[in-house]
Amino acid sequence: MNSYWFGFRGILGREFLRFISQRSRFLSALVRPLLWLLVFAAGFRAALGIAIIAPYETYITYEVYIAPGLCCMILLFNGMQSSLGMVYDREMGSMRVLLMSPLPRPFLLICKLLAIALISLAQVYAFLAIARPVGVEPPPLGYLTVLPALVLVALMLGALGLLISSRIRQLENFAGVMNFVIFPMFFLSSALYPLWKMREASEWLYWLCLANPFSHAVELVRFALYQQLNLPALAITAGCTLAFSLLAVAGFSPQRAARAR
Amino acid sequence: MSIRVSELSFHYGPRPALESVSFQLAAGRFNALLGPNGAGKSTLFALLTRLYALQRGEIEINGHSLRRHPARLMRQLGVVFQQSSLDLDLSVAQNLRYHASLHGLAGAALQRRIEQELARMDLLERLDDKVRNLNGGHRRRLEIARALLHQPSVLLLDEPTVGLDPQTRRSLNRHVRQLCGERQLTVLWATHLIEEIEPEDPVLLLHRGRLRADAPGAAICAANQVNSLAEAFDKLTGPEEAGQREQVA
Repeated sequence: MNSYWFGFRGILGREFLRFISQRSRFLSALVRPLLWLLVFAAGFRAALGIAIIAPYETYITYEVYIAPGLCCMILLFNGMQSSLGMVYDREMGSMRVLLMSPLPRPFLLICKLLAIALISLAQVYAFLAIARPVGVEPPPLGYLTVLPALVLVALMLGALGLLISSRIRQLENFAGVMNFVIFPMFFLSSALYPLWKMREASEWLYWLCLANPFSHAVELVRFALYQQLNLPALAITAGCTLAFSLLAVAGFSPQRAARAR
Repeated sequence: MSIRVSELSFHYGPRPALESVSFQLAAGRFNALLGPNGAGKSTLFALLTRLYALQRGEIEINGHSLRRHPARLMRQLGVVFQQSSLDLDLSVAQNLRYHASLHGLAGAALQRRIEQELARMDLLERLDDKVRNLNGGHRRRLEIARALLHQPSVLLLDEPTVGLDPQTRRSLNRHVRQLCGERQLTVLWATHLIEEIEPEDPVLLLHRGRLRADAPGAAICAANQVNSLAEAFDKLTGPEEAGQREQVA
């Protein structure tokens, strides 16, 4: 059992060391959601009126509405970027060190996803701290209740990234993943606009958004940030995390590695 | 303590990479795996290290089957890959601790082992340096130190001297040979550079996925009636011999 613990601690420690040695990456990951919050949201505040919707108890500004979506955006970019790196690394470099461990591969991959998720949380909390003076002021306890939701969402997106990039060779560069995965997932979700608003625009777009796991991830985070549990969102996010993780681990098997060559 | 490979075949789709390869490494010796580019050396390494799954044939290390006991087998194996797998942004010590943690090692005993391995490779004073600041030869030595950290009985090195200057290449080769003597370590050293092989070394000569020779270098020369391993290599892998190649010895 000790060796499992040492393994997890080692993987987490390495991700943490890489994180602190790449401070510029941390800052650039923060710039993206902050631009959305400070520029995009300010510009669209006048154009988009948000009615009172759960979990909010009063009228809210657009900044408040999109903040949970932007938290998930950080996790989405990080998850996809890191997973893509893992697939690239399998053939090229440090991933081989991981796969040479006598510990079971599914355990190693889940540890890696969890480590990436935990490191991403630092960026999300940094973003929430900067967003507070801009008016995004969830209840203090909300910062704690949102933590498990963020971990789950980060795991789901990391596993999805691993699944996509290990199976679709054409998406081996980040631009491909941005265009075909990140942008559609982000825009076809409740991150930037409530789904009832989308329904007013187009019925089929609404159903597309509803089928997008990212919508449910955003709603899980939104409710958790205001100390509420959105049970359907939790069930869908947890189910997707499990399914994506199982498929991603299977996609990383030695059989597939050779077939993919 | 050795590796036994039996009837190993591997295909990438319809393209064969290895065909019915069988051998047993000489225990506690420097075994050379010689072959031109594309011979199947890296595929063999990927199979030995479980990066690829076995399709046909069997691999055993110290009697443990790769199919049935992969974890037990990985504990016995130290590997240096052709491409560096060090984390350039981390220090020498951090890279070693990461590897050790994946093999279930930690604590004061690990620290002692790290110092021992680095001292052996003359790298102890670089313990806290970033790997980025090491030269190519030092990085290779560090990879060997890392591969030995969990005290394996078999060390696999896939063209470890690629990109190094001749002097560093010779020094690295000497280091690994010393390890064989000191620790009774079984080494498989893949290369396409004949000057890295000594006449008494057991040599596996791989070409187009088939094993063309499995004998000490001197015996291969004698069997092929040539004066040097280079000539034997040319004879066994040259196009004019393609139809007549047979396994020697």
